[in-house]
Amino acid sequence: MKPRQKRAVYIVVAVIAVGLAVGLVLNALKDNVSLYFTPTDVHEKKAPQDRSFRIGGLVQEGSIKREGDGLTVHFMITDLHQSLPVIYKGILPDLFKEGKGVVAQGKMEADGLMHASEVLAKHDENYMPPEAADALKKAQTANAAAASAVPPVVK
Amino acid sequence: MIPELGHFSLIVALCLAIVLGVLPILGAARNNRVFMGVARPLAYGQLLFIATAFATLAYAFLSNDFSVLYVAQHSNSQLPGQYRFAAIWGGHEGSLLLWALLLSVWTAAVALYSRHLPEEMVARVLGVMGLISVGFLLFMLFTSSPFDRLLPAAADGRDLNPLLQDPGLVIHPPMLYMGYVGFSVAYAFAIAALLGGRLDATWARWSRTWTTVAWVFMTIGIALGSGWAYYELGWGGWWFWDPVENASFMPWLLGTALIHSLAVTEKRGAFKSWTVLLAIAAFSLSLLGTFLVRSGVLTSVHSFAADPKRGIFILSFLVLVIGASLLLFAWRAPKVGLGGKFDMLSRESLLLSNNVLLSVASASVFIGTLYPLFMDALGYGKLSVGPPYFEAVFVPLMMPMVFMMGLGPLARWKKMAVPDLAQRVKWAFASALVLALLLPLLMGRFLSLESNKWSPMIVLGLLMAFWIIATLVVSLRQRWTGQGTFMARVRKQSLSYYGMQMAHLGVALFIIGVTLVKGYETERDVRMNVGDTVMAGGYEFQFNGVTETQGANYVAGTGHVSVRRDGRVVGELSPEKRQYNVSGMPLTEAAIQTGVFRDLYVSLGEPIPESDGAWAVRVYIKPFIDWIWAGCLLMSLGGILAVSDRRYRIHKKTVSGPQSAADSLQSPVSSSQPEGAAS
Repeated sequence: MKPRQKRAVYIVVAVIAVGLAVGLVLNALKDNVSLYFTPTDVHEKKAPQDRSFRIGGLVQEGSIKREGDGLTVHFMITDLHQSLPVIYKGILPDLFKEGKGVVAQGKMEADGLMHASEVLAKHDENYMPPEAADALKKAQTANAAAASAVPPVVK
Repeated sequence: MIPELGHFSLIVALCLAIVLGVLPILGAARNNRVFMGVARPLAYGQLLFIATAFATLAYAFLSNDFSVLYVAQHSNSQLPGQYRFAAIWGGHEGSLLLWALLLSVWTAAVALYSRHLPEEMVARVLGVMGLISVGFLLFMLFTSSPFDRLLPAAADGRDLNPLLQDPGLVIHPPMLYMGYVGFSVAYAFAIAALLGGRLDATWARWSRTWTTVAWVFMTIGIALGSGWAYYELGWGGWWFWDPVENASFMPWLLGTALIHSLAVTEKRGAFKSWTVLLAIAAFSLSLLGTFLVRSGVLTSVHSFAADPKRGIFILSFLVLVIGASLLLFAWRAPKVGLGGKFDMLSRESLLLSNNVLLSVASASVFIGTLYPLFMDALGYGKLSVGPPYFEAVFVPLMMPMVFMMGLGPLARWKKMAVPDLAQRVKWAFASALVLALLLPLLMGRFLSLESNKWSPMIVLGLLMAFWIIATLVVSLRQRWTGQGTFMARVRKQSLSYYGMQMAHLGVALFIIGVTLVKGYETERDVRMNVGDTVMAGGYEFQFNGVTETQGANYVAGTGHVSVRRDGRVVGELSPEKRQYNVSGMPLTEAAIQTGVFRDLYVSLGEPIPESDGAWAVRVYIKPFIDWIWAGCLLMSLGGILAVSDRRYRIHKKTVSGPQSAADSLQSPVSSSQPEGAAS
């Protein structure tokens, strides 16, 4: 082959390879991206009904209840404006506590509960997951706008 | 007074770094010997002052000086000594100081071990490293000094995050940072080559040693981090595709590509521009990694409470470094040239393809990691990209890479005929395929699972691993047979050849570990009353209750679990649920019994209320998981072996001189068939 033809072959191969890689990336992104919502979003029916999504907020005080098997846990995630009931079966992370930031991934089911497949609490007591912080901030503005009362104190 | 001394040392170091970043580069451009000559003393001086600053911070930690804000935030008088020392890099400010310290260590090391390099090259390399140092010292002094005072002093500190109170943390960050920062040397060499317009086999040989050493550190650092996550986070996972893990993985992938591309540049003079570009990209990704970890823009286990000012500083620094390097590249690369020619099938083309695949893999990780950030910035809302994305993209990219990885060492430089290569590997491929198809049929019995599990993914994984091993055997056979006695031929092969094969074997072990643990692991989350048993993967776990024990700075509930196999006791495991005194933070400490073929892993969940001492318990059987880290260890050892090769230790006078018989095998001017006539 002449050098020019050879170069052409290289370029074609490279373009095909990059095309395949891009296709692979886009396809994988399409299936594996989960969107974040706040409890208020879910309440306003903005969250998807048939696919998994993530929700951020605080674990509502006094909301953790365990079933007899010791593994199934019910709790509420709140942004201090709305709350969402969540059910999770499994062992929760160490820093999962009432009043602390949490992110849960799961799907809304017909029983009106979010069935979480994953519950994340972060590894530093002082650290708030940005999604949880964001949910609180949004709810705070919503609260202030709705009631024009004293905004809730977020510690 | 002592912390102020540390702060002052940093300022002096900054001044030295500024001079180091300006004079030697200027001197190299104007051929001014005096300006170039100051580079080495400045590099040593910089190390001295940054080390002093580091020592003062260490002193503040060890002497419990809680009038220093950073110490008060990350330490406590109850904290055991070794963790008080490790707490230096337990937070943002201290880890930056560690970064700067290691950078000055690398700079001084280059100054020390570069006697045989041309003066302008040394001046430029040290100058570029000085400039990087300026960036980091400015960052530290303006936004995050670890020496800020807390007045009045705290009575006691807030304690180190319990997760970080672990021997793994004592060594994981310094190792990883050695790797991150080490790529700055490769980067500095690349920039020096662009500035000087000189990029040849000798340049590649110098740069190669440094790059490989940095890569070895990084490999060990990442493996340690992964091991830490496995035993400390209590989920039994070894890799989570967490943004910060990705941040270290991206430069590692590019660094791996860079090592291989440097090999071609050294031996064949090819891929020159590509090598330079890779060096720039690998270091830029190291910086990006620092940005991702430190700015808190991404949700990650490593994130510290964020300060937007810091993020903006690092981002600007990043843009400056990448922008300036790419401009320089665009301007000077034509001068460096493309290098030698090669055929469509040759060792060069295989290495190039793998380079491209590694870079694409790195890019795909980049996209997955930063996609949420871009979408958020563009106002499309918050989202997250899960591990399935990375697996779906990464695995298909690695399959052709591994295939060519087997072929590469067998192919000839410059030109190789397809039938010839096929002839060499047909038996290797056939035996790898047969083994990969049959082994899963026996695996279920071997691991005493309920049923044999035969899945395409397991076969594929094993095929890749066995392919690497089989081609490795073919290559060794070729080199070890032929003229001369067997021992003479064994000795005749260079250390860098053995290093390469050892690293490749490491990849094979790694793939075996990943495949088998993913394919055959057993996980059980169960409620266990005292005396209850649970079966997992042929093992019977009996829960004998929890008793309270007292640790150095925590109280723990220690579980007692005995493990039996066929009625025989094989181990007693004691997982803990700790409560740290100062922070009150709970921590699950898993108990692991390590074995060559499987790990037994038990961790405690929560006590079950209104029960008689029952707990939620998590039980895992992890077959072959330690092979993952054994593989990483072999890769690192391979790297060490490769840089111990005698051709890297030659001095100035022998650079252009005739090379010994053993070296001529590897020499850039040797025949195009370095394997000899073995086949």
